[in-house]
Amino acid sequence: MMPHVLTRSLDRSATVFLIVVAACGVLIPLSNLLLPSGSMLQVPTYLVALFGKYVCYAVLALSIDLIWGYCGILSLGHGAFFALGGYAMGMYLMRQIGSRGVYGNPILPDFMVFLNYPKLPWYWHGFDMFWFAALMVVLVPGLLAFCFGWLAFRSRVTGVYLSIITQAMTYALLLAFFRNDFGFGGNNGLTDFKDILGFNVQADGTRAALFALSCVALVITFLICRAVVTSKLGKVLIAVRDAESRTRFLGYRVESYKLFVFTLSACMAGVAGALYVPQVGIINPGEFAPGNSIEAVIWVAVGGRGTLIGAALGAVVVNYAKTFFTSGPLAPYWLFMLGALFILVTLLLPKGIIGTFNAWWEPWKAQRMSAAAESAAREDGVSEPKMAE
Amino acid sequence: MNVMDNRSTSALLYLDGVHVSFDGFHAINNLSLTLAPGEMRAIIGPNGAGKTTMMDIITGKTKPDEGTVLFDGVTDLTRLDETRIAELGIGRKFQKPTVFESQTIEDNLLLALNVDHSVKGTLFWRETRPETERIERVLETIRLKDARNRLAGSLSHGQKQWLEIGMLLAQDPKLLLVDEPVAGMTDVETHQTAELLKEINKDKTVMVVEHDMTFVRELGVKVTCLHEGSVLAEGTIDQVSSNDRVVEVYLGR
Repeated sequence: MMPHVLTRSLDRSATVFLIVVAACGVLIPLSNLLLPSGSMLQVPTYLVALFGKYVCYAVLALSIDLIWGYCGILSLGHGAFFALGGYAMGMYLMRQIGSRGVYGNPILPDFMVFLNYPKLPWYWHGFDMFWFAALMVVLVPGLLAFCFGWLAFRSRVTGVYLSIITQAMTYALLLAFFRNDFGFGGNNGLTDFKDILGFNVQADGTRAALFALSCVALVITFLICRAVVTSKLGKVLIAVRDAESRTRFLGYRVESYKLFVFTLSACMAGVAGALYVPQVGIINPGEFAPGNSIEAVIWVAVGGRGTLIGAALGAVVVNYAKTFFTSGPLAPYWLFMLGALFILVTLLLPKGIIGTFNAWWEPWKAQRMSAAAESAAREDGVSEPKMAE
Repeated sequence: MNVMDNRSTSALLYLDGVHVSFDGFHAINNLSLTLAPGEMRAIIGPNGAGKTTMMDIITGKTKPDEGTVLFDGVTDLTRLDETRIAELGIGRKFQKPTVFESQTIEDNLLLALNVDHSVKGTLFWRETRPETERIERVLETIRLKDARNRLAGSLSHGQKQWLEIGMLLAQDPKLLLVDEPVAGMTDVETHQTAELLKEINKDKTVMVVEHDMTFVRELGVKVTCLHEGSVLAEGTIDQVSSNDRVVEVYLGR
């Protein structure tokens, strides 16, 4: 079963992508830890953390591409699943602080002492155990997506209406998490993390390990996405994207397919959020902001919708540009540039970077192959050239 | 109770007293029609006669306000959704050819095969010999064997119509609903399509909606003329086309 799925899902570009990610995942941490600081080739710790953030965004972008690029579900609220995964991880990190907090309470996190919580709310129990938190990272976004999707897809909410209610969902969560009595630190969110699995989150070694883990998560997410889209289920997803009612009349239960892929995608977004939080050191309600979800959709559009690799590439490219421009004198204009980028990509590169590259590369490759076949045929003295493929 | 009574009907498809209105417009008005197993029936009628709405009702896309729609004498189609009805064995070709344009012809047929359509079944699906052979046979029937790896979007209009008929064949339904199969086809293609449908009719029940009278004549089957949502005339093509009311409806009063 497994080897069959692997050979099917790994074409040449997928393999190249995986090699590049794996190389980054090994070389960047090694260079950071082993080379002397100040060396030309040493990657400073702040960059490791920054790249780690990009990799988490790439995982989020993959999860969006899986539903948008292949099944036509445009979620403008995927940041919510990312943030929920992040909060689950943040809760674990808060519980790890223990009595080292400002108020020195061994059980209650600082914000609860400050807000006069008499005891730990019931939903904070269990988060002192890593395995439980890790389970919640996947389960909570997955469950929310399942319930949301069950209601929305069964009622056949599609297109722009679905996009709008996903926005409403993330906005509702934003408002809820802002409240102090909601029990998640309100406006300030969760921060001041100390340890993860006993390792100091600030230490170079931990940061390097988190970066490497993020790359592992990217590889696994990519492999899962590829396995899904290259299966027959992937063909059904594309059928739903292109002609939903036709798919229904063929006897497919379209809502089940949407529900499956939407839930899977939300779980992936949750994992991305969980890896993101220890690397940036904070999670607050701002992560639920509708703008974040829209930005993530732009990464996918820029990189190339329905290509997976493009989504990951788009996340890194756009975020690198964001880091570059927002740290210079152009900072106040970043949102204008992002908007312009979206308009330009839609007008000039509707297939995104990877999609445009493929459109240009495929005919060229085919032409070269048939030319090669022709010349080979001439050399062999065969009158009728056999077409490649 | 009603269902038990109707078990005695030998009809594969049985519509009785069906009404549908959209915002006060009566699209289907006391429509009654039966289709015997193995029959091929041509449905004609001017625009707005309710032909497509009738197909929508049979396939579960539209729910009638009143009336009985039975399949195989026992199954009440008005209670089921599109997926369930397709699983029962009713296949549909749309007026505008609807194929999965960004996928290959072979994949279009693969998607149409009436095998396990569950999420789990498709996720862990692996190619099997009988399935490949069935696709092969359909490709031959619809004469697209050489184009199997081409994207469906690159086909000509007539070829798309054929591919969609091929998808119906792969679906292997008991009843085929075919909406305007020869729209936009050349005379030769129209003739071939008539032959193809006759061939299909050898072991399947077929309902064809078509405007093209030469085509309907070529099919040589019983014709039902719809007008304003109910049956205006029924009989051979000659009987129907010489019916005064049919002429009146087609030429305007």
